[in-house]
Amino acid sequence: MLCQSCNERTATIHLTEITEGMRAETHLCEACAQKQGLAVKSQIPLNELLSTLLAAQTESQGGQAPAEAAADIRCPSCGMTFQTFLQKSQLGCPHDYKVFDEPLKAIIQKAQNGHARHRGKVPASAPVDTRDQIKLMNLRQQLEEAVRNEDYETAAKLRDMMENLQ
Amino acid sequence: MKPADLSRHVSKWFDGSGPGADIVISSRIRLARNLAGYEFLPCLTARRQAEVLEKLKEAILPLDLGEAVFFVDVDASSTLEQDLLVERHLISRQHAHGKGPRGAVIAPSESFTAMINEEDHLRIQVFKTGQQLKECWQQINRIDSAIEQKVDYAFDPEYGYLTACPTNVGTGIRVSVMLHLPALKMTGQIDKFFNAARDGDLMVRGLFGEGTEAVGDFFQLSNQVTLGASEEQIVEEFVGLIVPKITQYEAAARQVLLTQQVDAVDDKIQRALGVLKSARLISSQEALFLLSHVRMGINLGRVDGISLDAVNELFMLTQPAHLQLNTGETLDADHRDAVRAKMIRSRLCAN
Repeated sequence: MLCQSCNERTATIHLTEITEGMRAETHLCEACAQKQGLAVKSQIPLNELLSTLLAAQTESQGGQAPAEAAADIRCPSCGMTFQTFLQKSQLGCPHDYKVFDEPLKAIIQKAQNGHARHRGKVPASAPVDTRDQIKLMNLRQQLEEAVRNEDYETAAKLRDMMENLQ
Repeated sequence: MKPADLSRHVSKWFDGSGPGADIVISSRIRLARNLAGYEFLPCLTARRQAEVLEKLKEAILPLDLGEAVFFVDVDASSTLEQDLLVERHLISRQHAHGKGPRGAVIAPSESFTAMINEEDHLRIQVFKTGQQLKECWQQINRIDSAIEQKVDYAFDPEYGYLTACPTNVGTGIRVSVMLHLPALKMTGQIDKFFNAARDGDLMVRGLFGEGTEAVGDFFQLSNQVTLGASEEQIVEEFVGLIVPKITQYEAAARQVLLTQQVDAVDDKIQRALGVLKSARLISSQEALFLLSHVRMGINLGRVDGISLDAVNELFMLTQPAHLQLNTGETLDADHRDAVRAKMIRSRLCAN
């Protein structure tokens, strides 16, 4: 996105002003922002940064934004909705990365300088694949319930299933 | 061992003994990890949070870390103990004042800590004095692999290590250097540092104090991007590129001060010493600000009779929680300012 003032440099400062319910956005580069006398915080906490990105994401794509269309998606494992994630910028469980799919990927790419694929360390033990993780989580929840109900026969079965997965 | 036992000495990472520590005070690497099969903290019930704590505690406590580590039940600790750990950079403020079962495994040398149930299930950090990022990475990588043999981390072939906040996903790595840049500040060139940080997509924060404001020309510089590059690449960018560049800027600015503005430098240092040696009330902010000038003076060879050790000790031990634990009483801000001033006077005038 180019700076609205000079139309030359990349806009790195994004202002959102809400006046009488009307939302106005200004996108400026650092030099123009300084010229206009805007004090810029040089340190932005990550969460704040992410919220800004999320807001920019929703706005820039108008009413049809994937982020908005995805607002109601709910993770069957942890109950987190995409909307709640947008507000709190924290996910509910590992499974969310799959459930929120493309809209989340767009946000990750924005936050991660365009990257969307891991290129670093991989656990030495064979990675538990995502499906197994969900199964494990569900099994663990069922196991908890079985133990609470003193249904030790089911609990033993669940434990064996979990051990097979691990 | 308990947290209060740490309160009387300077952390190794701040003792100025490492390579290049006059500018790069210390190096730190942190890895964020979560257990497979458990929700992230926002959706984790207190009961399962306690399970995560037990699991990780059991996995980490028996590890061979070269020294006998100890566990701190952060939830059950006093506010003073929690704040002490924050002041020593062993746990985060968020972890200290969070809720539910949570804890920290700490090495007495303070080179390693594990925060359990902070924003992620596990955050381990390795801390070293001076510029030793590669050594930090080697050590933390080894520890991480050892933990991994005992627990299953949430890992996805596409996104890597999964974290509660997507700003940490992938490597989960946060590489930081703590910098002292008084000459860049004094010569009006601190923008050079901010620009270098921005160009490298890095985050700048203060090193001391409550907020993110940089007090006393101390800065923390960290990577923001955690996905799409390997840990070694991220470390290498600091070691090969960013740190040498900033060190060079600061060293050049110090040279300018010594050759062209020596009176201005001496004036700043001596005024700082004058206030520190005579003040009867001093806030931690003011102390940090003035001690920063003295630290610069010692590193430039402009101060006689005061050791770097003494100054480093004052930086650390005059912080609010340290002050109160060491005097053995809870003090309000006014009393703290008096006790702090007295401590500084006796330490500096004795030299």
